Amino acid sequence: MNENEVPLLEMKHISKDFFGNQVLSDINFALKKGEILGLVGENGAGKSTLMKILFGMDEIHQTGGYGGDVLINGQKVQFASPIDALAAGIGMVHQEFSLLPDFTATENILLNREPLKYTWLSEVFGERMNILDRSEMEEISKRAIARLNVPLDAEMVVSQMPVGHKQFTEIARELSKESTSVTEGIKLLVLDEPTAVLSEQEADSLLHAMRKLSETGIAIIFITHRLQEILDVCDTIMVMRDGKIIKTVPAEGVVITDIARWMVGRDVNTAQRQARDFDYANKPVILSMENLWVDMPGEVVRNVNLNVHQGEILGIGGMAGQGKLGIPNGAMGLFPAGGKITFEGKQIDLNNPRNFLNAGMAFVSEDRRGVGLLLDETLEWNISFTAMQVQEKYLKKYLGGAIKWRDQDAIEAETSNYVKQMEIRCTSTKQKAKELSGGNQQKVCLAKAFAVAPKLLFVSEPTRGIDIGAKSLVLKALRKYNEESGTTIIMISSELEELRAICDRIAIISDGKVFGILPATTDSAQFGLLMVGQTSALQEGGSV
Amino acid sequence: MTLHMTKTQKVLRFMGNNTVPILFLIICAFGIPLSGYSANYLVSEVIVRIARNSFLIVSLLIPILAGMGLNFGMTLGAMAGQIGLIFISDWGIAGIPGMLLAMIISTPISILLGWWCGKILNLAKGREMVTSYIIGFFMNGIYQMIVLYGMGAIIPIRSNALVLPRGYGIRNTVNLIGIRKSLDNLLTIRLFGIPIPLVTFAVIALLCLFVLWFKKTKLGQDMRAVGQDMEVARAAGIRVEHTRIISIIISTVFAGYGMILYLQNIGTLNTYNSHMQIGMFSVAALLVGGATVAKANIRNVFLGVILFHLMFIVSPMAGKNLIGQAQLGEYFRVFVSYGVITISLVLYEVRKKRDRGLAGLVLAAEQEETV
Repeated sequence: MNENEVPLLEMKHISKDFFGNQVLSDINFALKKGEILGLVGENGAGKSTLMKILFGMDEIHQTGGYGGDVLINGQKVQFASPIDALAAGIGMVHQEFSLLPDFTATENILLNREPLKYTWLSEVFGERMNILDRSEMEEISKRAIARLNVPLDAEMVVSQMPVGHKQFTEIARELSKESTSVTEGIKLLVLDEPTAVLSEQEADSLLHAMRKLSETGIAIIFITHRLQEILDVCDTIMVMRDGKIIKTVPAEGVVITDIARWMVGRDVNTAQRQARDFDYANKPVILSMENLWVDMPGEVVRNVNLNVHQGEILGIGGMAGQGKLGIPNGAMGLFPAGGKITFEGKQIDLNNPRNFLNAGMAFVSEDRRGVGLLLDETLEWNISFTAMQVQEKYLKKYLGGAIKWRDQDAIEAETSNYVKQMEIRCTSTKQKAKELSGGNQQKVCLAKAFAVAPKLLFVSEPTRGIDIGAKSLVLKALRKYNEESGTTIIMISSELEELRAICDRIAIISDGKVFGILPATTDSAQFGLLMVGQTSALQEGGSV
Repeated sequence: MTLHMTKTQKVLRFMGNNTVPILFLIICAFGIPLSGYSANYLVSEVIVRIARNSFLIVSLLIPILAGMGLNFGMTLGAMAGQIGLIFISDWGIAGIPGMLLAMIISTPISILLGWWCGKILNLAKGREMVTSYIIGFFMNGIYQMIVLYGMGAIIPIRSNALVLPRGYGIRNTVNLIGIRKSLDNLLTIRLFGIPIPLVTFAVIALLCLFVLWFKKTKLGQDMRAVGQDMEVARAAGIRVEHTRIISIIISTVFAGYGMILYLQNIGTLNTYNSHMQIGMFSVAALLVGGATVAKANIRNVFLGVILFHLMFIVSPMAGKNLIGQAQLGEYFRVFVSYGVITISLVLYEVRKKRDRGLAGLVLAAEQEETV
């Protein structure tokens, strides 16, 4: 390739903040025609935001735009909407499928770009009264599928396709955008985790197809967590962390452990490590999961076996969409689940939140606003509600329990106690939950769980969307609660460092299964390997 | 990966998917012998009902295609059709020209009402059915105001046969003698002594062909897309709101025509009541035919008309023969209509839940295999 060639895509000094929260700073890179760029980074590293800027998504415009320049073929561009980006020949295949389930592959591939046959009614009622040209549609879609070189049935309805074929359909849709008078043919394709849902064989054929496409001159940005694929197919590797580009290197000669280290290795001082020696031998197993499956959309759990010891803090980590969130949600009965869960020697019936709560377990959901909080109610109500419902705390009983009266004094006392203890910033205990900041809402969620005094507490993504200061407070509160009351805690988080900060051992979930359990003190690169589906030599080290 | 079902499971599943039609088959199977009607009479009655009602029911199909559920807003179209009929009765224009003129008058009113209804339904996505039902009630008030107070006072109506003795407002019943059966009687043949209104059937057939053809147009395809997933459709550049409004307008306009067809068969206009029940009966008939909130086709329309109206025809007589009271049948009709709608709505949700559960079972089965 000619070194002096004008790059197809160039991004210069890109920066972006969401209301003062810097998510991207000084991003510079260039992409040549036919080049495959592998983009890797942990969740939250800024990959998605970068792509959103490239596509001119509304989200970016509505939050104050971005800094820096995007150049295509040396020309500065600024897309007002993804439609403009598509017209300029940039295609994106999303992680979530945007396919219509009752349409065939062909209908999806040509959605809203169907070739039409003239009918006279269109003279009166406009172009939309023309009939679809089915044979032409089939031809175009078959041509696009042929370019991909995969066995995809153009007439198959999407809802009946195996998941890999849905992915192929998405890609074929981008490829079918041939140059017309209004739009340019596809020049650059962004693939966001296309292989995450594919079987190994399907992934292989996709990688093969990518190579073929790049030979025809289409540049590809390939976002994936499977590092081996990056090495297999990419020309260049770009690693992002905390909104910056850490490394941009040619793929040749790079080994997986390097990428894993670049990806997760952040400065250690962001979270204070509080390592301790947990005495596994003398602590009984309090909770055991056998062959647990959970049908949570986007977070499917398959055949998980896990033993949790009394008093420990177990971390559950892994990439988004791999199933880590499905475990607590399924255990509590919020999504259909099966298998066996034994708590303190007794089997818990699944699919019924009441059983879960009655057994003495509690769950702080990742969905704070949806499941966690009564947004329009006061802090007092929020903190006391579950305890009142499940354990009849804060109730005065009259006539032998026939009449139960709310004990307002007890509620107030307890709430102010928690407000003080966890430093919840509020005007009074009567303030409405929705008026608090994200971090303080999270503390209320925790206080609510603590008020139940559970024997075991599931905490899901406790620091998602809150700032660093609140983060460490929340983590400290969890650790303190664990030490003081001896409550077993299972914490689910996408951020490895925060798991390593307070957990005793960490289980990494990949593809819905427990991929490995390691002591939290293990080197982070080892966890990085597990997260991207590579086995580690130390894998069995922490399971007791 | 799919679950393998045994034969009994398949039969149960079929029954589960077709609960309402099966229920009606059973009701009719009991009702027909009890009523004591001859087969000849029943068939000729059913044919009359098909000619009378199917146009109205077909008008419900297009909003379902666009994912807007059962459009109770067809009441609006019915009102527009009635206003057209009141005018042509006043002007004394009879026969086919009268019907055509009534249709022409109803069209702009239907378009306006449909556009307005569609706008409101776009603000109430996911709650289209209940919203359109309430809009029907609201518009009934405005219709009454226009017909009861406006007509004869502001809007000139000359005929004394139409205006109330007090000088303004339309009488409770309007005799549509001028257009009565004018379409039905245009060309009839008798098969085994049963009169068949050929032209009416031809009109209905044309509408069915239009619906089938419409599904093949770009607009029809867009509606299907919007009906499945508004966000995906929007991302592809389809004008979601616009498309939804058009589907309601088409439905409302057809409902207006359907109402004119319906009333020419009956021959009298019940000024303040005709439109109110028509929405409910049409929706009920469609559901009896096996349609759901999300899926309906022309087969459902005709199966529904036949089963639902068979029940209508036999139930008064069956009631009379059973306990000597024809009112029981009358009561039964209304009770069953609401019952059918309720059952269908509940079953729809139950099925959705069951299908979700199925995904879990597949997962469990998959796990069994790998263990």
